Amino acid sequence: MLDADFFRRWMTATAVSVEHEAERLTALDSPIGDADHGSNLERGFRAVTAALEKDGPDTPGAVLTLAGRTLISTVGGASGPLYGTLLRRTGKALGEAAEIDEREFAQALRTGVDAVMQLGGAAPGDKTMIDALLPAVDALGQSFAAARSAAEEGALATTPLQARKGRASYLGERSIGHQDPGATSSAILIAALAETAGE
Amino acid sequence: MSDLVSDPVDGETAAGDGAKLVGVVLVSHSAAVAASVAELATGLAGGGTLAPVAAAGGDGDGGLGTSSELISAAAATVDRGAGVAVLTDLGSAVLTVKALLAEGDELPPDTRLVDAPFVEGAVAAVVTASAGADLAAVEAAAAEAYTYRKV
Repeated sequence: MLDADFFRRWMTATAVSVEHEAERLTALDSPIGDADHGSNLERGFRAVTAALEKDGPDTPGAVLTLAGRTLISTVGGASGPLYGTLLRRTGKALGEAAEIDEREFAQALRTGVDAVMQLGGAAPGDKTMIDALLPAVDALGQSFAAARSAAEEGALATTPLQARKGRASYLGERSIGHQDPGATSSAILIAALAETAGE
Repeated sequence: MSDLVSDPVDGETAAGDGAKLVGVVLVSHSAAVAASVAELATGLAGGGTLAPVAAAGGDGDGGLGTSSELISAAAATVDRGAGVAVLTDLGSAVLTVKALLAEGDELPPDTRLVDAPFVEGAVAAVVTASAGADLAAVEAAAAEAYTYRKV
């Protein structure tokens, strides 16, 4: 079973990974974006860690809802509302249960991913975070480790795609050949999840 | 950031005493763009009653980006009880407003993201709102700016 502490540790682990990978994310965001993905997410997840320490939400749903709200208000780029919506909707779908099982979490995360697709209007293959998140949710039924592999493969598979959403889409064919920074940060988020689960 | 929020002007009342005007919020990645478009739109709306207009530009720290705090504050500033029309430029500005709307309690009731070109839509929205039109009419006027082809 997964409790509030598990989700707090997931968010903290994500903050650590994002800080560690911020330069790589920003480097990926330089050729096809506006070179702020790493620093934006770093600021956002640092604020998430602080908010979770300050407020001490005591259910899985409350942890993720607070994390999502914090990202929306602190990131300043498109990744704020997108990751914010992902976590907030996932949190809301979890309701007020003190503990949830893996299957319930997988279902809730799917609700969150659906909400992100609706918000951004992105479909699989558009070279966005969805290309890492959807395979991860599909694999989450097997294990956290499978979800991590699926997200990483999904992020790598964005390289040959042409971007159809966001600033990268203005580059047309010139977006081909670059790994998508949003899919990469999504893979980091899912890797932190697997790490938190000890897988 | 009050210097970036144009003074909301309460109606002197072409639309009648006690008329509730629709407020307009302009969200851009750039504080200068948002403030300038607000200036342009209020300037072109001209004399008489002027609907309240507020700019919410940049990331709040002087950089390019979107600040949900600035957007919420701007919407509260222009809310006169007749609804608030929000116009945005690109990317995170659009997504942040949508996320705030989905949040439920971050923006005044009857706040709408209006699908319109930023500059032309802002002028149409402010002129229409200043004439005392309701939120649906303001939205329609701003959206109609898409149909005006330049070539």
